[in-house]
Amino acid sequence: MEIALSGAPAETGRRVAIPLGGPGPRLLIGGLALLLSLPVLVVLGSLLAPDAEAWRHLAATVLPDYVANSLLLMLGVGLGTLVIGVGAAWLTTMCRFPGRRLFEWALLLPMAMPAYIIAYTYTGLLDFAGPVQTTLRAWTGWGHGDYWFPTIRSLPGAVLMLTLVLYPYVYLLTRAAFLSQSLAVLEVSRTLGNGAWRTFLRVALPLARPAIVAGLTLALMETLADYGAVQYFGVSTFTTGIFRTWLGLGNPVAAAQLSALLLTFVLTLILLERWSRRQARYHQAGQRHQPIRGYRLSGWRALGAFVFCLVPLLLGFLLPAAQLGAWSLSVAGTGLDAGFMRLTLHSVGLAAGASLLALVVALLFAYAQRLDPSRTVQLGARLAGMGYAVPGTVIAIGVMIPFAWLDNGFDGWMRATFGVSSGLLLSGTLFALLFAYLARFLSVSLQTLESGLTRIRPAMDEAARSLGLRPHQVLWRVHVPMLRGSLLTALLLVFVDVIKELPATLVLRPFNFNTLAVRAYELASDERLAEAGPAALAIVAAGLLPVILLSRSISRSRHVHSA
Amino acid sequence: MSVSQPSSPFVLALSAALALTLSWPAGAAKPEEGEVNLYSARKEELIKPLLDRFTDRTGIRVNLVTGNAEALLQRLQSEGINSPADLLITVDAGNLHRAKEAGVTQALSSEAMAGVSESYRDPEGHWVGLSLRARPILYARDRVEPGQLSTYEDLADPRWKGRICIRSSDNLYNQSMVASMIAADGVESAERWTSGLVANLARPPQGGDRDQIKAAALGQCDLAIANTYYLAGMLDSEDPAERDPARAMGVFWPNQEGQGDGRGVHVNVSGVALTKAARHPAEAIRLIAFLLAPESQAWYAEANGEYPVREGIDISPTLAGWGDFKADTLNLGRLGELNGEAVRVMDRAGWK
Repeated sequence: MEIALSGAPAETGRRVAIPLGGPGPRLLIGGLALLLSLPVLVVLGSLLAPDAEAWRHLAATVLPDYVANSLLLMLGVGLGTLVIGVGAAWLTTMCRFPGRRLFEWALLLPMAMPAYIIAYTYTGLLDFAGPVQTTLRAWTGWGHGDYWFPTIRSLPGAVLMLTLVLYPYVYLLTRAAFLSQSLAVLEVSRTLGNGAWRTFLRVALPLARPAIVAGLTLALMETLADYGAVQYFGVSTFTTGIFRTWLGLGNPVAAAQLSALLLTFVLTLILLERWSRRQARYHQAGQRHQPIRGYRLSGWRALGAFVFCLVPLLLGFLLPAAQLGAWSLSVAGTGLDAGFMRLTLHSVGLAAGASLLALVVALLFAYAQRLDPSRTVQLGARLAGMGYAVPGTVIAIGVMIPFAWLDNGFDGWMRATFGVSSGLLLSGTLFALLFAYLARFLSVSLQTLESGLTRIRPAMDEAARSLGLRPHQVLWRVHVPMLRGSLLTALLLVFVDVIKELPATLVLRPFNFNTLAVRAYELASDERLAEAGPAALAIVAAGLLPVILLSRSISRSRHVHSA
Repeated sequence: MSVSQPSSPFVLALSAALALTLSWPAGAAKPEEGEVNLYSARKEELIKPLLDRFTDRTGIRVNLVTGNAEALLQRLQSEGINSPADLLITVDAGNLHRAKEAGVTQALSSEAMAGVSESYRDPEGHWVGLSLRARPILYARDRVEPGQLSTYEDLADPRWKGRICIRSSDNLYNQSMVASMIAADGVESAERWTSGLVANLARPPQGGDRDQIKAAALGQCDLAIANTYYLAGMLDSEDPAERDPARAMGVFWPNQEGQGDGRGVHVNVSGVALTKAARHPAEAIRLIAFLLAPESQAWYAEANGEYPVREGIDISPTLAGWGDFKADTLNLGRLGELNGEAVRVMDRAGWK
């Protein structure tokens, strides 16, 4: 059997390394990685021009705050998403209790909710002036200062908001891993005398580790890149610091250096995890042969499971969606016109294009790593996926500068050679915008596909190759069919992310081209929350369809296996 | 097992949506007659109605990208001589000043800026204000007598301890306000003032200007510092949760004649600059003239509670109800020059 738990010696799993033919493919992968990391490299390039004066000021005043808050935020969101994501995935996969079939897919819904929008809605609800506290005061006759009420606009508030919308990443990938785990392994654990808890902790959890880590990495990278929610809550993190340094201090170089520091943060995290995993392998010995019967829960256990799944769904989706709905009703009739349809079309079209592109590119990277686990290729893949932790505006600037440089260079050459101006060919086009999305979100599809591929045994590759298939044929005829679930997941995750994306869209879009996120943001940032309601609700709705498709496909994959 | 089959309708739908989006005309790709391209930090809602009116009158099409000023300025800079933008609109003078410093703007003739007070335009004509935004002190009418208030400087006095609400120092309006304090009182005094103000805050800075108004109305603090158009927007709202707190607040114009240095209320402008790369300068200048015309000037007051930048324009009853005020006559370009210093002062004073 080819299961090696973390920390176990490496001899159980041998990596099937079939070198790519010659340096050509390696160059291609390396080149593509460089191209995709160009926006990030532009940012890192700023490190070459140190500005000691600005750093002294930052270090003496606000930098300690940025570091402390970012770390606490990551710690809080990391713990929160782990507990909710893994717990809910285990309960909905392995246990039977009332409402399980509903929770299976409904637990993904908060993913459709952008962090800045949930932050706005909860502030509207829980603020001193909001309905909850106002009602409380009306009932009790208390005034300001007579009672204690948790402040939603605070670091713990930001942790809560981000946890609520980010736990689905962990839930989604972990559940997919649990579903594909061989039931035989779990039964062996039970027959060896382990109880349900010990089986979960000692067998299922370690086996699902790559998936859990992939989900957690996504959640944490998104946490670091968040601007809207933390800014609104007045929590100074690296991201708000970058903006403040760039815009307020008027020092783009120091701002870029802060971003570079943020990136080092992320890289360290990823490397630490890879290192701790070392040589462990996670392939599965075979398909599941029977459906999971599931532990039947009853009494207070069933109630506990029910509540455990209900709370994140309620707080992460039902409540904020109801608030958005109420706001939309209060402004019904305004803004819902043909223009609104166009906004929706723009959002969906961009999301579709970006998700397809990201899927193809991610498959290329993931498969190249399988064929050729050399340093170059590994590094290339990590480099190409770095953009996820970088705030959207920083990525946008990183796209804008080299594209405009190319455009102007070509234009100059055309003028000098032919006496005609070519103008701007790339800048300010949808192509530039799609490229920015790719640079920012590739990590999402890449992580998903990588975690899917690690679960396919190398013996499959070996068998296919020994039967005379070329590597690309192996990919197409063996891996892609087996990866169907992961491919769909990768596609839909990027789709939802792009629908929600704001800062890069704002900076890079062409003339007269708006999206739902732009509309919602413009109104909300002008503190007209109610008027932002319809657009925000439409973002959530547009994100819902893929999320539901996604959950259906996962549920179905289990029936396929169990058939 | 065939892979692509189950998901292919979905992929097809995605591709179709993409094709539709990509085939959308990209607007200002190449220069044509009768159009003008605009990068605007004013939100679409707060500029589009005027632009539509302009197009109706003149037949000149206006292409628009909105975004935050700094990013649009960065875009303008990196696009260089090939930038399609003819005009840059921002909601503060500081960014217009930065655009001028970056060398991406060109001078307007004085006819193009006729009627606009000198404080609200660049001395060399590189930008001109379009609407005026005042940042006075708002007070809870049931707890504060206007007579207790006098100047911005006075807000650092310990008797206001725990009684003031103001948003984060990340906010540009606060940065501009501290820049105006530096211009009036010097860096050291401004820093002492900022520390005093921070010590008087009722709560850590959070939320936007409307949130400060609500907090003050409901008793979390007694004074709020906010731009008047937020208060106007709340007063005009049909939602009682917005309207009622606003009604509980009064507007106090600080630093008037006889109060401190009497320099006037801190104001900022939204304004416009003609880009150096402009391909449609004639159309662009017509648009500026239209935005400065009395009819458009009155629209800012009506639609968004802002004040006109020229004399003799009727303002809405809501604004008129707050009375006349003297505005700080500091040239607003100075706010841009001092912005970095202001942020450093706020950092040192511990203003979150």
